[in-house]
Amino acid sequence: MSFINYSSREINCKIVYYGPGLCGKTTNLQYIYANTNQQAKGKMISLATETERTLFFDFLPLSLGEIRGFKTRFHLYTVPGQVFYDASRKLILKGVDGVVFVADSQIERTEANVESVENLRTNLGEQGYDLDKIPYVIQYNKRDLPNAAPLDELQNLLNPKGVPHFEAVAPKGEGVYETLKAIAKLILTELKKGT
Amino acid sequence: MQPQMVMYDEEFQQISAVCERLAREANAKIVFLVDKNGQLIASVGATENLDTTSLASLTAGNIAATGGLAKLIGEKEFSILFHEGEKDNLHISIIGGRVILVVIFDSRSSLGLVRLRVKKASDELNKIFDGLMKKVQVPGAGSPFAEITDDDIDNLFSE
Repeated sequence: MSFINYSSREINCKIVYYGPGLCGKTTNLQYIYANTNQQAKGKMISLATETERTLFFDFLPLSLGEIRGFKTRFHLYTVPGQVFYDASRKLILKGVDGVVFVADSQIERTEANVESVENLRTNLGEQGYDLDKIPYVIQYNKRDLPNAAPLDELQNLLNPKGVPHFEAVAPKGEGVYETLKAIAKLILTELKKGT
Repeated sequence: MQPQMVMYDEEFQQISAVCERLAREANAKIVFLVDKNGQLIASVGATENLDTTSLASLTAGNIAATGGLAKLIGEKEFSILFHEGEKDNLHISIIGGRVILVVIFDSRSSLGLVRLRVKKASDELNKIFDGLMKKVQVPGAGSPFAEITDDDIDNLFSE
């Protein structure tokens, strides 16, 4: 849940990047970290294994500017994508305000994408959230690869509700900021409703 | 689902005062409060060269992970964690099941003293947070964002 601090006039929100192993969640954060100016970002933390696979989470605090005198801060988290880290994934979803699902566009990863979305729905449910009701966007990553599945196919499979979606090539930054902006907007719109 | 966390100036002053007294009475270097989602609520002491945002996020991750461990062995949670370093030590405790109190101290203090002072401060903080939660649930205490427009949101992203 967002944290509204009237004392320091700040609002803090939590965004979680979810998706199957090696889909590019950490790469999204790394690109944002590398391309955001110094004043707007904090230190990026990666709790990873020696082979740079996410073990627990990556964390990146960002400030986006002010709305009506309130500083808006977003805390970006990734989950470990590998199937056997499910216990850790559940923990990171606690208190989430919005979710970005990063799908791996490669045909070979179709099943992993579907499994991961189902896993996301289940784990959110355990925390009392409904994927159909919270701010949620989908990013189709690795669009530059020759074995990328057609967009229509991915949409049919992963996005039956038609939430906002973006095509991306995360290491080059294509679609990365667009995705972030979309989820941040949805979260702020949700706050406006005052739920 | 956890309730929306809101902080007002009045409670923030009270919380800071309790933390400051705790730091003084426990001879601690730093005292800070974090909510379970990793948001920093308050910090006092020698925090100038410390990345408190990261500290808050990692503390919450730590509590979440040990909470997961606790459940696996049939415990509700581990309410106190202690990390001992060469110079500095971390005493982490959960207050009222919702916020995390962290005390950083060195050899000028002791675990026993910190535990004693933390216990007293916890009771006081718990009362403040109880009051805060009641205040938040009062109808009309709506979000300050109720009146923002789509333009306000768009402006945030126009560089």
